[in-house]
This record gives sequence, structure tokens and C-alpha cells, in this order.
Amino acid sequence: MTDKTGTMLYLDGVSVAFDGFKAINNLSIIVHPAEMLAIIGPNGAGKTTMMDIITGKTRPDDGQVLFDGRTDLTKLDEAAIANLGIGRKFQKPTVFESHTVWDNIEMALKKPRGVFSALFYTADAADIARIEEILETVRLLGRKDDYAANLSHGQKQWLEIGMLLAQDPKLLLVDEPVAGMTDAETVETAKLLKQIAKTRSVVVVEHDMSFVRELGSRVTCLAEGAVLAEGSLDQVSANPVVIERYLGR
Amino acid sequence: MITQALFRALDRKAIWLVAILLLVAIAVPASNLLLPDGNPLRLPNYAVPLFGKYLTYAMLALALDLVWGYCGILSLGHGAFFAIGGYAMGMYLMRQIGTRGVYANPTLPDFMVFLNWKELPWYWLGMDNFWFAMVMVVLVPGLLAFVFGFLAFRSRVTGVYLSIITQAMTYALLLAFFRNDMGFGGNNGLTDFKDILGQSISAPATRAALFAASAIALALAVLACSLIVNSKLGKVMVAVRDAESRTRFLGYRVEYVKLFAFVVSAIIAGIAGALYVPQVGIINPSEFEPANSIEVVIWTAVGGRGTIIGPIIGGILVNVGKSYFTGAFPEYWLFALGALFVVTTLFLPKGIVGLIGQYRAATTRREQHAPTPRTVDAEPQPRPAE
Repeated sequence: MTDKTGTMLYLDGVSVAFDGFKAINNLSIIVHPAEMLAIIGPNGAGKTTMMDIITGKTRPDDGQVLFDGRTDLTKLDEAAIANLGIGRKFQKPTVFESHTVWDNIEMALKKPRGVFSALFYTADAADIARIEEILETVRLLGRKDDYAANLSHGQKQWLEIGMLLAQDPKLLLVDEPVAGMTDAETVETAKLLKQIAKTRSVVVVEHDMSFVRELGSRVTCLAEGAVLAEGSLDQVSANPVVIERYLGR
Repeated sequence: MITQALFRALDRKAIWLVAILLLVAIAVPASNLLLPDGNPLRLPNYAVPLFGKYLTYAMLALALDLVWGYCGILSLGHGAFFAIGGYAMGMYLMRQIGTRGVYANPTLPDFMVFLNWKELPWYWLGMDNFWFAMVMVVLVPGLLAFVFGFLAFRSRVTGVYLSIITQAMTYALLLAFFRNDMGFGGNNGLTDFKDILGQSISAPATRAALFAASAIALALAVLACSLIVNSKLGKVMVAVRDAESRTRFLGYRVEYVKLFAFVVSAIIAGIAGALYVPQVGIINPSEFEPANSIEVVIWTAVGGRGTIIGPIIGGILVNVGKSYFTGAFPEYWLFALGALFVVTTLFLPKGIVGLIGQYRAATTRREQHAPTPRTVDAEPQPRPAE
């Protein structure tokens, strides 16, 4: 395996089994700083399980998971990993529906996460400016006082991306960001993610091939918990194994 | 920093509620003590401790609402914290009886003399001091909640499983307090109180003071809860209620958020219990009955959980109803209570407060003649705690 220093995310020989079923089987993936990686693959390929391992929801049976070339993620829990600088967007948009759009971002904003610092927190001018800036980016400033429950599906996806930005993570894990979006929204989302990837590492899991093409990033195809092919989208989609196991079906 | 937080907590509704409670704290004692007998506005002597009792129940419901309505922790054992606070007050009151007891023992309460105990158990020491006892009223329920909550939340026990173990906790305490060996008076509990702070506990002036203390304590609890739920921490609590794992991925330690809410709630419940005991004159293990804790859930649901005023309305109204029903048709009270819960669950998911909100929204819409759904207060309904 290549050198771990200078990597943002380093997975080496990771395996996890659920009741004997190998969801992830000797998986190795590297993501560099300020790089975007798109992950494609059939259902059950282990894409979401991989995200669960990185974010501390699932413990791998075997293998190494390093963040920033040195921090072992397998020893930490979800909150600690989030505070290291790993943000995650879920497949199903999960925003806090009984809070306003503004409050959703305010809670995600990178600030001390302790109980008492939250109790005595007051947003200062810099925080307010930052929240406005994020809402501007995800185009929800006009709806800042609406409850998140009243947003459309696509807007919820964007709000969740906004919450990710507010966390100011070094690595973003984005699970199916354009599910349920219109074509125009999909194009906008691709632009936004490309913009983000200029300064941060982004891992996108997606089924929508035209969206992946829009991203124009390195692509990894997973199947049965292991890497099937790697390279540019054209290389990967020309790979006969990928065609047989994923695209052709 | 803290003053800013205080200022923010004082939203209009909380100010009104605190003002009304302070007014009640003055008006009820004044009406009872100052107006002459026969004046139609004079509250009879029996009514003062009765109303005081309702206020302590309202405070207990508010405490439950902080964890259930705002943080999604359905505790079915909150009566235990109430009872423990009550026992701490009861121990103080027992020590004040002194030689006026049946056995005229200056230090040992009657039940200990009866059991042939020669000296006071260690945990009764210091309870003759009012302030020490008041510290215990706060400390013991808080500590129990801390230990219990720490273990439960760290192991990520949630939903019905948590409800069941809180129920088991109060039941275990019920059985423990029934035992004479525990040193809390067995199934008779603690009673026959004479004095509190040197004043006769049955004197109208003392009862009026206890009523005022209950109203003021409730007002302070409203302030504290309002401060918490309006802070960012309060928003995180609601986030935990609605999407616990999402909150965790934002980097919040969900277990500590819950622990904080649970401990604060237990302390409020303990103080409520301590105010309850001198007004009803007895504390016994039946206060630990699981059914009591479930009743508190009903009060909160009827009033409207997830609001500050809801549990207070619910706690008072259901108990006024209970006083009437158990007098007028004693055998039907439990049916009425059960029906109330079913009706609330089916037709009033947001309780009385939610009903008022709906009515208000409907009337404003009618007045505007333009039904624009965006203008109504369309707060999404909190999902039930599984």
C-alpha cells in the first residue's frame, strides 16, 4: 500500500461481517486533501457500510482506518470523529424538522460542543455573518425562518449540505446527494460540490451516472465490499468487469 | 454571558407565566389571611394546601416535560425523584417533632423507638437542620438521576427500553421503602408532623407561606426551564428528540445532553416533592408506585408536551378533576383518567395548548379572509418518543 502520510482518508484492508455476511471485504481506499472521489457500485456493494465505518457507527473487524494520515478512527465514537472534522450527509436527508432553517445551521456551526457552552451560547456578529453566508451558498437565505419540515425534498438535501459546510469539516462524506432532485438542481449540486472540493476532501456516493460525469472526479467502483475498478469515469465504465457486474445490469 | 442568556430566556410567554404565578403567590395567601370569614372572596383554610398541592404536581409535570417533551426521554419513573425529595423534607419534619411524639424520645422518631432502635442511622444525621435537609432535597434526586442516567444513556438505552427501566427503578425503590429496615418508617412512611422552621405546620399562616413558596418555586422552575429550552442547548435537546443519531454526527455528545436534562428535571421534581409533603402532611412508599409516575405522563400529555405552560395547565386541571371525581364518583375516576389519556392521544396529540394554538390559527385565518397556510404557526408536530 502507498504511503499514509499526506492522505486525508486512508483505508487499508478493512473488513466487516454481519452474521457471517462480509459487507466489506479487504477494502482499501485513499483520499487526498482537497480531492473529490466518487464511489459507484450496485446496491449492497457496501457503500453505506463504508461510511458507517469511517464515521464510527460500525466497528471494522479488521484493517486500518486513518484520518489525516495519523488518527485511528476505529478507536473513536461518532461525536469525536465529527469533531475531528468529518462531516456526513445521509442518503435520506435528515435535517431537524422542528427547527427553523437558521437554527439547523446554527447548531451545525463549528463551535464548542459541550453541554454548558451550548447552554450559554449567544451568536456573535461573526457567527451570524457565517450562517448568512452558508444560507446564501445553499440558496436558503430567503427561507431562513421557515421550519425545515416545510422545505421541499431538494431543499432539505441542500440544507443538509449547508449543515455540513457549517461544521467546517476537512472531509465530507456525501451519500446520494441528488436523489429526488430535478435536473437543474442536480447540476447546481455538482457545481457546489466541485466548489467545496477545491479546499476540502469530498467523498460522494452516487448512482446517477450523469451526475458523476458532471463531477468529473476520480471514480471508484465497489462491488461485494471490495474495489472493482478505479480511475476516471470513462476508464471505469469501459472496464468489462464493471459493465458485467454493475452498468450492464 | 449569563445575563444575556437570562435575557433571551425571558420571552413574552415566560414573563406572563412568571408574573401570574407571583401574583397567585400573593393573592391566595392574602385572600385567606386578610379577608374576614364570610367574605365571598375569602379562600377557605382547607383550599390553601389543596391548591398548593396542585402547584407541586404542576411542577412535577413541568420537570417531566423537560425530559419527555423536549428531549424525547419518556421517563415512567419521575415519581421516584418527587418522592425522594419528599422523604428528605419528611425526615427534617420528623426530627422537629422531638419529645412531642408518642414515645417522647428527643432524637428518635416514633417508628424507630417502636422498632427498638437505639440510635439514629447515619443517613438521618444532620436532617434536623433545615438547610442541610434542603441541600439533600436537591442533591439526592440529582445524584440518583446522574448515576442512573449516566449508565443508561452511555449504554444508549432509548425509547421503550428506557421507559421500562425507569419504571423498574421506581418499583425497586417502592419495595425498598416498604421495608422497616430501611429506616424510613416502612409502609406507614413519615407523618404526624408538627413544626416547620419553628412554625406550627397546620397554622393558616404557615400553610399560606408554604403555598407562596410552592408558587415561587414553580415560577423559578419555569424560568430555569425557559432558559434551558430557549438556549442552543435546548435546540440540541429537541434535535436529540427528533433525530438522535444525526445529532451525534454533528459532534454533540448526545448522552451528556440527555444527562443534563435528566438531572435538572430530577432536581425540579425533588423540590416539588419537598413542597408537597408539608402541605399534605404525609409521605409514604405509595408515592413510588409506578402508576403515579404514569399519571404524571398523562398530566403532561393532556396539557401539551414540548411547551412550558402545557404541563402546568395539565397538572392543575387533571388534579382538580381528580379531586372532584374522587369525591363525586369515586369508583369512576380511573375510567375517566384512562378515557382522558385515550382521547388526548387520539384527538389532542399536542394537548390543550395545541388545541388553543389551532383555534387561534383558525380565527386569524378567518379574520384575514385569505387562507394562506404560510402565515399560520405551522410548527411541525414533534414525533412521539417511540
